[in-house]
Amino acid sequence: MAALDEVQLREGVDRETVETVQSMAGTYKHGWETEIEMEFAPKGLNEDIVRLISEKNKEPEWLLEWRLDAYRRWLSMESPDWAMLNIPEIDYQEQYYYAKPKSMAEKPKSLDDVDPKLLETYAKLGIPLKEQMLLAGVEGADEPRKVAVDAVFDSVSLGTTFQKELAAAGVIFCSISEAVQKHPELVKKYLGSVVPQNDNYFAALNSAVFSDGSFVYIPAGTRCPMELSTYFRINAENTGQFERTLIVAEKGSYVSYLEGCTAPKRDTNQLHAAVVEIVILEDAEVKYSTVQNWFPGDENGKGGIYNFVTKRADCREARAKVMWTQVETGSAITWKYPSCILRGDEAQGEFYSIAIANNWQQADTGTKMVHLGKNTRSRIVSKGISAGHAQNTYRGLVSMHPKASNSRNYTQCDSLLIGDKCGAHTVPYIEVRNASSRVEHEATTSKVDDDQLFYCRSRGMDEEEAVALVVNGFCKEVLQELPMEFAMEAQALVAISLEGSVG
Amino acid sequence: MLQINNLHCELEDDSEVKILKGLSLTINAGEVHAIMGPNGSGKSTLSYVLSGRDGYTVTDGSATLEGADLLEMEPEERAAAGLFLAFQYPVEIPGVGNMTFLRTAVNAQRKARGEEELSAGDFLKLVRAKAKELQIDADMLKRPVNVGFSGGEKKRNEILQMAMLEPKMCILDETDSGLDVDAMKLVSDGVNALRDAGRSFLVITHYQRLLNHIKPDVVHIMSEGRIIKTGGPELALEVEENGYADLLAEAAA
Ligand SMILES: Nc1ncnc2c1ncn2[C@@H]1O[C@H](COP(=O)(O)OP(=O)(O)OP(=O)(O)O)[C@@H](O)[C@H]1O
Ligand SMILES: [Mg+2]
Repeated sequence: MAALDEVQLREGVDRETVETVQSMAGTYKHGWETEIEMEFAPKGLNEDIVRLISEKNKEPEWLLEWRLDAYRRWLSMESPDWAMLNIPEIDYQEQYYYAKPKSMAEKPKSLDDVDPKLLETYAKLGIPLKEQMLLAGVEGADEPRKVAVDAVFDSVSLGTTFQKELAAAGVIFCSISEAVQKHPELVKKYLGSVVPQNDNYFAALNSAVFSDGSFVYIPAGTRCPMELSTYFRINAENTGQFERTLIVAEKGSYVSYLEGCTAPKRDTNQLHAAVVEIVILEDAEVKYSTVQNWFPGDENGKGGIYNFVTKRADCREARAKVMWTQVETGSAITWKYPSCILRGDEAQGEFYSIAIANNWQQADTGTKMVHLGKNTRSRIVSKGISAGHAQNTYRGLVSMHPKASNSRNYTQCDSLLIGDKCGAHTVPYIEVRNASSRVEHEATTSKVDDDQLFYCRSRGMDEEEAVALVVNGFCKEVLQELPMEFAMEAQALVAISLEGSVG
Repeated sequence: MLQINNLHCELEDDSEVKILKGLSLTINAGEVHAIMGPNGSGKSTLSYVLSGRDGYTVTDGSATLEGADLLEMEPEERAAAGLFLAFQYPVEIPGVGNMTFLRTAVNAQRKARGEEELSAGDFLKLVRAKAKELQIDADMLKRPVNVGFSGGEKKRNEILQMAMLEPKMCILDETDSGLDVDAMKLVSDGVNALRDAGRSFLVITHYQRLLNHIKPDVVHIMSEGRIIKTGGPELALEVEENGYADLLAEAAA
């Protein structure tokens, strides 16, 4: 832990505390790699690569044109530089844009036919691809809850569990490549309708080269019978991951969707540029939870994932509701602003976020709440934790349009600092263009309190447990919004020792 | 049980500030000792140094618990060895449920001693029984540790922690301050229930009244970082009657 020597300790924070927290975030558990033969498209990006990806996915002509259009727009765009991030020059010609395990050349009929090495990868990550298994952390729950999983390995989806049971409810949950084949009319109708191809630099790139991702369709009046989840695993070296997720919730429907991500430890940086689009119609509700644990780089800042993600939910009709919950612990650089377009009257958007940045990680994350409809409501709770040399920025926009009368926003941004080489920044943008709407913003910055740590330790907890407990308390409001299925993982990630909370 | 010998300490940040100046004290197993003394005489500092809080440097002397050198141990090791401090000012921990805190503490100590962790069910049963005796309701068990607790509630909560952790050597720093008459009785009953041949108490207080409930074997008067007089319960009565002036003068003579 060489970097520690350079860390000058902030007054009132002792060395052990910093060490503890560093070591917790420094031990990345998912850093191993799966050795497997891969098929790559040639390195670099050009129209031929875009055509090749489209061809590999056996896509219809319109989608190829859509991709090419995105690619041409991307060429004329520039990488955004407004975030408080120091992004090294990325050579887009040095990346692979398509990587697929050779054993997946013929798409397996079911998960049972998938290469055992790949299945092992997910077993090792604790992700159940057998339907009788449950996610770790749900055992001991009053009644076991089922979780359908779509497993995405590098550029391709390996398969999706519980397909039959979901189909019986009318729910479509499959990879987006499969959806293009089986439900082209739905994909064509909604793809790009929330995040247009030229929305931003990374969204344009994704639109050109996205290889796979998940598709969810919940029919009108349907409550999805189980949690849906996608696990993304980047494995191959020098390969970007560009997944695309599309969720459509018809009138009066409900779904809770979970997303998890891990990647091996590598010295080189890897690019991840995803797009998530959510369309929510009248009275429908979507909960979208993320536990993002991409490799953050080592303690000297070497390696790690560049996470440039565009996520947006369009509450298109009256009383549509979306809730984003994110626990962002990984990635060398995070550029991510899950947003809510509150178009329908009385639509509601919520954003709960925990962002932990340690060592040399940089995070610039937050949300946009765009109030277009009348009586719309939004709520933002952001908890940023910075340690080591990390920089952690909350960036949020709350915009009340002239027609969004009687709308409300409440924003709370809390930052916790550990050590004095890290930084926490809060950048709220507030635009209110009607007289009847109200925006409230509260922000605090504090450091881990030594009296609290001593109190815990005097009761017998070691320092690691004490820090975990105090940080857990700091994040409580967000953690409690996570579905049970992710609780364990999130708690461990935030370095929390809640051994089965009681009461 | 607890043996303190010629203990000297100063502030870590300012070695000019000497707080304990040669304090000696021996508490045998099963005994209850009380310490009284003017504000600023170093009573709380003594409790912090014994329990391992940062910020103080021990320059001389020793402190052992059942023969083990306390000063060499981390705070959590001292706790696992059986030392407990009921804080004069209990600390608030936002977002951490009282119950979670208690369970984490109990199991951390058990683990450190190589014992099995308590199951969720056993823990719950235990905590409910003990909380009931101290009239701590379910709501207080769920709320974040000490956040928004009244002064008296915080003190009762300290005693609940003590009852759950079953330490050998309990230090109570002004646990009676801020308690109403009924709460004082509750807390005292809680302490008395824990009295046994294998457990000792060091009760820091300003008021003789507490000592009517918790009858001490020995009373010490502390001033300027030392014990200046040791006696029986009658010493506390004398302080209550006459204040410290005579005792201080006697010590200075
Ligand atoms: N961290 C500190 N920084 C500065 N001074 C300190 C510190 N800790 C203790 N002191 C000083 O040491 C002396 C002893 O304090 P201590 O709190 O131990 O007294 P006490 O006997 O518990 O008093 P009281 O009866 O008011 O609780 C006081 O003069 C106090 O100001
Ligand atoms: Mg005191």
